[in-house]
Amino acid sequence: MQNTMMKRASELLADGTVSRVLGWKNGEFVYDPTPAVFKSVEALEESFVYHDFCGSNLSKYLIQLSKLEGKTLVFLKPCDSYSMNQLLTEHRVHRENVYIVGIPCDGKLDPDAVRASGADGILGASVEGDSVKVDTMYGEVTLDQADCLLERCKTCKSHKVVVFDEMLGENGDVNPESARFDEVEKLEAMTPDERFTFWRGELSRCIRCNACRNICPACSCEQCVFDSPTSGVSQKAAAASFEENMFHIIRAFHVAGRCTDCGECSRVCPQHIPLHLLNRKFIKDINTYYGEYQAGVEEGSRAPLVNFTKDDCEPNIIYKGGSK
Amino acid sequence: MQVNQEFKPKVVAFCCNWCSYAGADLAGTNRSNYPAEVKIIRVPCSCRVNPLFILRAFQRGADGVILCGCHPGDCHYTTGNYYARRRMTLLFSMLDYLGIEKERTRVEWVSAAEGAKFAATMNEFVETVAALGENKRLEDLRCKTQ
Amino acid sequence: MRRIGVFVCHCGTNIAATVDVKTVAETLGKEPAVVFSTDYPYMCSEAGQNIIKDAIKEHKLEGVVVCSCSPRMHEATFRKTVAAAGLNPYMLEVANIREQCSWIHKDIAEATAKAIVLGRAAIAKVQLNAPLTAGESPVTKRALVIGGGIAGIQTALDIAEAGYPVDIVEKEPTIGGKMTQIDKTFPTLDCSSCILTPKMVECAQNENITIYSYSEVEEVTGFVGNFSVKIRRKARYVDEDKCTGCGACTEKCPVKNVPDAYNLGLSNRHAAYIPFAQAIPNVAVLDAEHCIKLTKGKCGLCSKVCSAGAIDYEQKETIVEQQYGAIVAATGYNPINIDGYDEFAYSQSKDVLTSLEFERILKADGPTEGHLQRLSDGKQPKTIVFVQCVGSRESGSTHGCGKEYCSKICCMYTAKHAILCREKYPDTDVYVFYIDVRTPGKNYDEFYRRAVEQYGVHYIKGMVGKVAPQADSTLDVQASDLIANEQLHVKADMVVLAAAIEADKTARPLATMLTASMDTNDFFTEAHAKLRPVESPTAGVFLSGVCQGPKDIPETVAQAGAAASKVIGLLAKDKLTGNPCVAHSNELKCNGCSSCANVCPYGAITYEEKDFSRRRDGSMIRRVTSVNEAVCQGCGACTVACPSGAMDLKGFATSQIMAEVDAICK
Repeated sequence: MQNTMMKRASELLADGTVSRVLGWKNGEFVYDPTPAVFKSVEALEESFVYHDFCGSNLSKYLIQLSKLEGKTLVFLKPCDSYSMNQLLTEHRVHRENVYIVGIPCDGKLDPDAVRASGADGILGASVEGDSVKVDTMYGEVTLDQADCLLERCKTCKSHKVVVFDEMLGENGDVNPESARFDEVEKLEAMTPDERFTFWRGELSRCIRCNACRNICPACSCEQCVFDSPTSGVSQKAAAASFEENMFHIIRAFHVAGRCTDCGECSRVCPQHIPLHLLNRKFIKDINTYYGEYQAGVEEGSRAPLVNFTKDDCEPNIIYKGGSK
Repeated sequence: MQVNQEFKPKVVAFCCNWCSYAGADLAGTNRSNYPAEVKIIRVPCSCRVNPLFILRAFQRGADGVILCGCHPGDCHYTTGNYYARRRMTLLFSMLDYLGIEKERTRVEWVSAAEGAKFAATMNEFVETVAALGENKRLEDLRCKTQ
Repeated sequence: MRRIGVFVCHCGTNIAATVDVKTVAETLGKEPAVVFSTDYPYMCSEAGQNIIKDAIKEHKLEGVVVCSCSPRMHEATFRKTVAAAGLNPYMLEVANIREQCSWIHKDIAEATAKAIVLGRAAIAKVQLNAPLTAGESPVTKRALVIGGGIAGIQTALDIAEAGYPVDIVEKEPTIGGKMTQIDKTFPTLDCSSCILTPKMVECAQNENITIYSYSEVEEVTGFVGNFSVKIRRKARYVDEDKCTGCGACTEKCPVKNVPDAYNLGLSNRHAAYIPFAQAIPNVAVLDAEHCIKLTKGKCGLCSKVCSAGAIDYEQKETIVEQQYGAIVAATGYNPINIDGYDEFAYSQSKDVLTSLEFERILKADGPTEGHLQRLSDGKQPKTIVFVQCVGSRESGSTHGCGKEYCSKICCMYTAKHAILCREKYPDTDVYVFYIDVRTPGKNYDEFYRRAVEQYGVHYIKGMVGKVAPQADSTLDVQASDLIANEQLHVKADMVVLAAAIEADKTARPLATMLTASMDTNDFFTEAHAKLRPVESPTAGVFLSGVCQGPKDIPETVAQAGAAASKVIGLLAKDKLTGNPCVAHSNELKCNGCSSCANVCPYGAITYEEKDFSRRRDGSMIRRVTSVNEAVCQGCGACTVACPSGAMDLKGFATSQIMAEVDAICK
């Protein structure tokens, strides 16, 4: 795939269709590839990579890149394409300045999961069917793919790239069987005290590094309320237990109905807080109370929180459990 | 006195200017009692209430927060309370999901004519919140004045 | 920190009996920002207001807190007071210690403590108040009426009569609307045309009225007092200024088989036509769809016979752009399409008619020249069955075209039809099948009683289940009589269906253009169902006639006049003063995501591409929002929809409300 992508990108760069290419290059280790912009065929040949650790969602970078002169070529995986549509809906990306190449995806690897499955000193990995061949400093190890996937990929919602100018390889389908709400349901089944203990345990680890905010395609505000001195909630460090609650509730609320469930927040959290469980709770509630809604399926759809019907359920459905 | 021994919860009530604030005024005009623990903040419309305000109130030690607006369909601005309804439903569900007692949050529609309903709602809400005791889960202890 | 003054009112004993006002004034006087604090028996009295004015001057107060009755009572009073002392009127906050404190609490200590907290919240808020000035915008003294039926005509006449220019835009070639097609009007039975045509002529002759017939509204921009409207004038291929309305072209036109819309397709007209004899403007139209010259390039007969030289085959549609201060929607209604009601055999038998078609039969300029005849064989019907509520009051519509609402006019016009039949043709048997007879209105129930008692019309409570055309060309009407509790069959010669009425199809796109809201039935919503029935929630847009909901002619005319008076009231102003408590956006924080615009009920939010380039990072064009302060009503929905907090509401700013929360929870 990497070669196909590089070849196509080189062609489009060479014939002037695009001025730059947004893709990945390896970081310090093979398992921490980082988004990168390539401006020439030479640069591509030097460091462009695409492999099973390339999980990051590139759509958010287009907010800035699409403001530049000339088109930017971007490779979008299914997840990323939903984010792209949402950004287009919110007029954040200039579509005419972007050339989207859709790439299929069967799940990306989580280096921590690979390590946990017994492969230390990762030098490379390739998925082959249901197994992963990991090249390590201590030799080759073969693992189950299912054990090595990123959290979001285990419950993949869609293999379909929903917006593209061209597709490399075969486009996939939406997965209606996705079990992505199972964990939310597990939490819902707990008692309030258990839930509080769970979240206190998770959220108290937050170091307010803002990685979740910075990676999130929906969190692309010119200035975040938490950075704005006039908002009354600007904070740098989380000094009291309340503040992680405040930060994460408000962050989840601000992206509610706009979050495409790309799972980047949980992927990048250095403290491994399952932040996607907050977003998925909102998505699940929206589906339950206001009808199925997947942000980013198409450009221009109206997010549930800026919409209503006269027959919406009353808020007391929360504490009375069902009565209108 | 025995009364002062009792736990008195702090309750913040956001009331829209056109219906519920007027309803609260009518409760006053009718001398319908409700606990002094309820303090009302006037907003133009229920849709002006940002989830931030509600969290802020909890952070600062409120034990319960209630939002009152015009009945759906009667909004002075035609659609404001429809948006408020969705926002609060989702916010309260999220608070519940985080293990914060769902009985501490409430939305009630109170028209300008429903003074009695306003007082009854407040009585009932304060009682519910009082039964839960002090709000500990969302309070920022640094904000506590000694 | 601002210098704040606190004024605690006793309201006689209303407050002072349960709130220790001295303690409140003293305690609040110790708040950091408060430089002056006092109490007085009646703050709203002249003497009380003077205390405030003097203190503002003496203590150089920058903010004022009055602890008194509800702000809904005296906020306006105290705003004037502080303004009189030279402070901005919005540098005032009222702490409600009467309705929301002294009147509901009995314990003095408790009430006093609460009053102090409420006072503190007001002090915290006023610290963050900004001096506000209401924006002013000029008013274009011209009105637009969309729709030229009786509603539009009456509105336009009333506005013109008050001296303001007004334009009527009518999509048909003539004004007049449905009332031109109606024979007689209830409950007086005077001739519809006789009372309508003088008004149509008046419109044509009034210097203040311009009629844009055969025209449609294409685009509306702007806001109350300052609308800019593009009107598309469709090509009628006849020069309106030259045409004398002689009718020569319509007689000579060889195309004779075009269904005549004026007769609801019950007869045919020529491709060159004048809709009816009293049309205003009395100008011919070439039907571009059927005219041979326009479709095939041959013929040209009409041009040859036109002595005025008015025929212009090259005519193109034009766009007129005009400024208006107010817009009135008067788009009216149509009967619903009843093809879905096949049980009534409407599509199978020529003798099953809608009520409006029946009007055409009764009217002298209709297809039968006013003679009660069956369209199938020209015979006079001996038995006529009227079916009420066809498509009205249908919940969970099974036909897909039914309406949940009552069409309101059918009971009365059916009584009229029944009376007219029995009066002119006493040997006719008339049956009316109804669910309920609803005839409130002056002289309305009497009218219906006359139909029953004086004219012997058979009113039967029950619905018609089926109409079956018979071999002998009669119609078998199968119905139930709910009172006698029996099924019955009527052998009828004619069946007339009271089809529900629905809002005109053009209303929905128009509402979108006007950013005026509509209900699920496509009727325009009024600003307040009871207190502002002729205004749309969108400022400067008014409602006249059935476009707001089903109504009969007298009601329509009354509402048309009411809408006109609202328009006149608006146009009489030279400047509009807005509410200064409106939303505004910090464009440095704005993402341009449209969330705010999506929730704005007034269409007050627009976007522009703005250059934020700085030397450091080069070109930076961003989409940012701007709020039209003349249109915004200050609900604040946008402030919460905005994720970045760029949108805020003046007078109820996020920081102000947070300060109140903090003060209360302290």
